[in-house]
Amino acid sequence: MVSPVLFWVVALLTVIPSLALLFARKAVHIAMSIVCVMVGLAAAYVGLGAPFLGVVQIVVYTGAVMMLFLFVLMLVGVDQREDLKETLRGQRWIALFTAGGLAILLISVIGRVSISPQEEQVGNPEDIALVLFDRYVLVMEVLGALLITAAVGALVMTHTPRLLPRKTQAEVHAARVLAGADPVNKPMPGVYARHNALDVPALDPDGNPIEHSVSRVLEVREQMSDGDEFRARLESTANPEDHQNPQAEAEGEK
Amino acid sequence: MNAINFVYLAAILFSIGSAAVLLRRNAIVAFMGVELMLNAANLALVAFSRLHGQLDGQIMAFFVMVVAAAEVVVGLAIIIAVFRARQTISLDEPAELKG
Repeated sequence: MVSPVLFWVVALLTVIPSLALLFARKAVHIAMSIVCVMVGLAAAYVGLGAPFLGVVQIVVYTGAVMMLFLFVLMLVGVDQREDLKETLRGQRWIALFTAGGLAILLISVIGRVSISPQEEQVGNPEDIALVLFDRYVLVMEVLGALLITAAVGALVMTHTPRLLPRKTQAEVHAARVLAGADPVNKPMPGVYARHNALDVPALDPDGNPIEHSVSRVLEVREQMSDGDEFRARLESTANPEDHQNPQAEAEGEK
Repeated sequence: MNAINFVYLAAILFSIGSAAVLLRRNAIVAFMGVELMLNAANLALVAFSRLHGQLDGQIMAFFVMVVAAAEVVVGLAIIIAVFRARQTISLDEPAELKG
């Protein structure tokens, strides 16, 4: 007999997260709730006297399969939007109706089955191995071949032959200079402006501010300080001691 | 509590998985629905193994897990190949064979 507490915990732990498959928007949330379902099923297996399968469930499904799903999600981009327009009209309702009908059919069939309970048997790894390598040894061999075929198939499927020769670093550099890239590093902000905040543009040797030395993010947020102000202060400085703290001074001017 | 209740649970999970396959257009989410259906079948097999007092159901569930792992590897490779070819994983996009 199975403890009712175990059953209800497993039922809640599997049915509620699996509903995310139907209602959740983001694929990563769905993947994580399916991980929760897999852990719940592992608990169910242990409770049903199959501890070996429970461990295999956690190792194979939560450890390998769902992590593979997450890898592929990251590979194709987590922000893949699902288009909401229906190609087939009324597909949503047909799908829900069909799934509901399937559930009613299965449950009504299960309800008419009567099985006389037998003595309990625990699926220890030793007992499983005895059956697996005795009566099912041929299936075991075929499954080994299947796994190798699947691995080779995945390699073939994701392999892309190189169409162009690989570029060396020197060739990449030459192509960039040809396209008009600056061959030297960009000047750092702040350093030449007697002010070491990142929002102040650097000054070139003539004293003109170099606008692109400030991060583009600050520029977009309009948090960039005006370089001319600092340049003017630099030029009008009679006594550099007065300008030890330009930040406080700027506050005072405001 | 009888182990037959777990078969009811498996039927519900199977229906949710099939609804996800029919409903969702994101290929990866539909594929997760297939995984949920396979797991529901596993749960039913283990519950039947318990009901009959024999280990064969657990062996079958083990085989299903192995086949599911192989299926996931090939399926995700196909999804990646399709994504490379057309920059989308929507199931509605590939319609070249439509008459």
